[in-house]
Amino acid sequence: MSDCPLSISQVIDPSTSRAEQITFLEKLHRWVVTVDHKHLGILYILYSTFFLLVAGAEALMIRIQLAYPHNHVLSAQVYNRFFTMHGTTMVFLVGMPFLFGFANYIVPLQIGARDMAFPRLNAFSFWLTAFGGFLLYYSFLGGAGLYGVGNAPDVGWFAYAPLTARSFSPGHATDYWALALIVSGFGTLGTAINIIATVISMRCKGMTLMRMPLFTWLLLIVSMLTLVTITPLTAAQFMLLIDRYLGGHFFDTQAGGSSLIWIHFFWIFGHPEVYVLVLPAFAIANEIIPVFCRKAIFGYPAMVAASVTIMFVSLSVWAHHMFTVGMTSVSNAFFTLSTMLVGVPTGIKIFNWIATLWGGRIRFTTTMLFCIGFLFQFLIAGLTGIMLSVSPWDWQLHNSYFVIAHFHYVLVGAVVFCIFAGIYYWYSKATGRLMNETLGKWHFWLFAIGFHITFDTMHCLGLLGMPRSIYTYQPDRGWSFLNLVVSVGGLIQGIAVLIFAYNFIVSYWRGEVAGDDPWDAWTLEWTTSSPPPVYNFEEEPEVHSRRPLWDLKHPDDPDWEYES
Amino acid sequence: MQTLRAQRLIHRGSATAWFLLTSSMLIAQGATPSTLAPASTPAHQIFDLSVFVVAITGGIFLIVGGLLALTLYRFRARKTDPLGEPAQIYGSTQIELAWTVIPILIVVVLFLTTARIIFAIQDAPKPHTALDVTVIGHQFWWEFRYPKYAVITANELHIPVSSDAAPEATFLKLTSADVNHSFWIPQLAGKTDLIANHVNTMWMDPKKPGLYLGQCAQFCGSQHAMMLLRVYVDTPEQFDAWMKNQQRAAPRDSTVEAGRTVFEKQACMNCHTISGTAATGRFGPDLTHLMSRATLASGAMDNSPANLRQWIKSPDTFKRGALMPAMQLTDEQLNQVTAYLETLK
Repeated sequence: MSDCPLSISQVIDPSTSRAEQITFLEKLHRWVVTVDHKHLGILYILYSTFFLLVAGAEALMIRIQLAYPHNHVLSAQVYNRFFTMHGTTMVFLVGMPFLFGFANYIVPLQIGARDMAFPRLNAFSFWLTAFGGFLLYYSFLGGAGLYGVGNAPDVGWFAYAPLTARSFSPGHATDYWALALIVSGFGTLGTAINIIATVISMRCKGMTLMRMPLFTWLLLIVSMLTLVTITPLTAAQFMLLIDRYLGGHFFDTQAGGSSLIWIHFFWIFGHPEVYVLVLPAFAIANEIIPVFCRKAIFGYPAMVAASVTIMFVSLSVWAHHMFTVGMTSVSNAFFTLSTMLVGVPTGIKIFNWIATLWGGRIRFTTTMLFCIGFLFQFLIAGLTGIMLSVSPWDWQLHNSYFVIAHFHYVLVGAVVFCIFAGIYYWYSKATGRLMNETLGKWHFWLFAIGFHITFDTMHCLGLLGMPRSIYTYQPDRGWSFLNLVVSVGGLIQGIAVLIFAYNFIVSYWRGEVAGDDPWDAWTLEWTTSSPPPVYNFEEEPEVHSRRPLWDLKHPDDPDWEYES
Repeated sequence: MQTLRAQRLIHRGSATAWFLLTSSMLIAQGATPSTLAPASTPAHQIFDLSVFVVAITGGIFLIVGGLLALTLYRFRARKTDPLGEPAQIYGSTQIELAWTVIPILIVVVLFLTTARIIFAIQDAPKPHTALDVTVIGHQFWWEFRYPKYAVITANELHIPVSSDAAPEATFLKLTSADVNHSFWIPQLAGKTDLIANHVNTMWMDPKKPGLYLGQCAQFCGSQHAMMLLRVYVDTPEQFDAWMKNQQRAAPRDSTVEAGRTVFEKQACMNCHTISGTAATGRFGPDLTHLMSRATLASGAMDNSPANLRQWIKSPDTFKRGALMPAMQLTDEQLNQVTAYLETLK
């Protein structure tokens, strides 16, 4: 932190002696009280990187335990805590904060604004989210769980009632789970409202909705989706706490409550949540793919329309997580169809990305490699998603390792790959330096190889009948060798992430100086300096097309002559 | 020409699907509860549907993935590229319309095929000869009731084999005494959840006698992983013999009276039933014919005298978190009660 080039003092007036004199504590204080969207964006990214390492370590412990049948590295109780915390952390403390971090940093810059619409709400939301995360992890110290030996939540990240009732989950582990997510949920809602307000009201001159960069478009859609998905989860968690402490019986099957109500609530949140996580990944790919193949995005209006369609259709597919709870055949058929239909707009996106690449000049930098990995993996994830939507087949695959493999293909193969791509891409903007390409390529190849060793193999385990959430398995089931393979792949991914962490930290001091526009890109964030000044733009930019920098660089052949 | 190419693609897709499926089958041997080795009508129907789906999705993967790989190779940046930027193309309504309509058609085909199987399996009429079994999930074991036979047993389900000459279907009613569980024998049928206050049904008609393995497929607490499930598919003679034995009251053996006294004087009988005795507890598995089962504690270990004694002494050794408490018996009491239970054939 000692020579942090991002500190406000340097940006505002680096020449005064006062700026040189500020102490470390003062700098820290400035980061805590900041309302600058760029600082908050960086805080979000650092916060989620920290929890990425934590939840990654939990995943590795899970894989060590499952490497051999009847392994005893973790007890059943500790294993259950780890898989619960791994899932909860990755979704709520890694996935969403990462994406909101990108949104915070990039959206105002891309639309030519000086900050978010509500800077104080922005800071408030971040600190709520951060408090929620640390509250969740405090449960390792603070809450006793099942049988008095547990302490962190151990009911699964889906926390199906009635396992969460006080009779089955005594102690306070489940309370920590619910309260921490309620708190971070409010933070998420605040940020979502903020992004919507910013995109609607803070765009610079000339930036009509249909000239907005696709990244901003998708974050707008994600924020609207967040508003309608987080709320049912928060409501259900309040109901759970009412059950546990105020004598409610919403989910208490012993007193006539219904487990199915919880399952519906959870997946009405849970399925759109997948799109909350994956649409920002699309958003990042939409920025990077055109720049690194030197072509405009193919079919911009179709991309916008497909994203809006996904938002609406994703609200009608939740019960495909419930094909085994005993719905009627008509309901099963309905949710099979609605789920398959998501494949149509998603397919349009993949085709449009390929068409964008077609005829381009593709530069295989680390950031582009991660996007290409994303394209292949997301294609496979989409196709296994079609398989799971086939409800009779889902009766076999549900809650098996096939499902684990499928959603890790989405959440790692698509979302995490795009997050890495986004970090390699915008790191230069936020720090003024480039991340090391050689280390980046090591990171990419090790991570991709490890990813495929782990998750390709998991599909087979699911077909061979291995259910999820089990802390050990019998040696006679024929799963032993494949599990060892999965664990080895996990280890390789772990090494890759450590290389990334090293690169991420060291490039801050030793990275090549980036300049304002290292990738020869086209959106507004690349017009300002790296890192941008606190006020972002000296004067309000004015745009005439979707690619304002293209127009500047090619005054003889500007985009606005062609855009419809 | 077009249809020929399409046919060839579907063939290639099916070939890939088969390759993937069989290669995973080769890796797994023995008792693997594989979804790829169906042995009952619903499992077969699902398997056939899955091959069809893999053929279509595999075809899509080959076409789209191949196109993507080709694009990446063909349009890689080269030193010989001319200066300046490549031609900018902003979109094409015709092409985009095409790749919207084609996926919709594929969805229609997939959906109609799937819907047929959903109704075929889920709404299959129940033959009046069908065997009824009620399955009740408990934290971490299975209770099986045969209402027509007045038999209650645990963890190891016996059902009759079905042949073309004598079709025999087993219809299960599933519910839970506590949290959610899920009944899954991959070779016989897809899984169905067991939920308190909510009765589900499923059916199967296994074609080959033998032992089929499975386990609880819905996380249900500490020992979810040790909630294993065994289904014995018996020939009609085996099934009748087994059922006759189950219907008998527990055998009474005067040499183990001491053990029986321990069982009835300690808390054992609060939770366990042994028919024909004072023990009528319902919280734990019915022990009337404990020795007819191959495993203890829902498959956590083999049913041997040494394991049984250790289980009674300290359930934590095998299954920490199981609801059976350590009974704090003396060594002598342990020996006596083990000897008694060993007579419950």
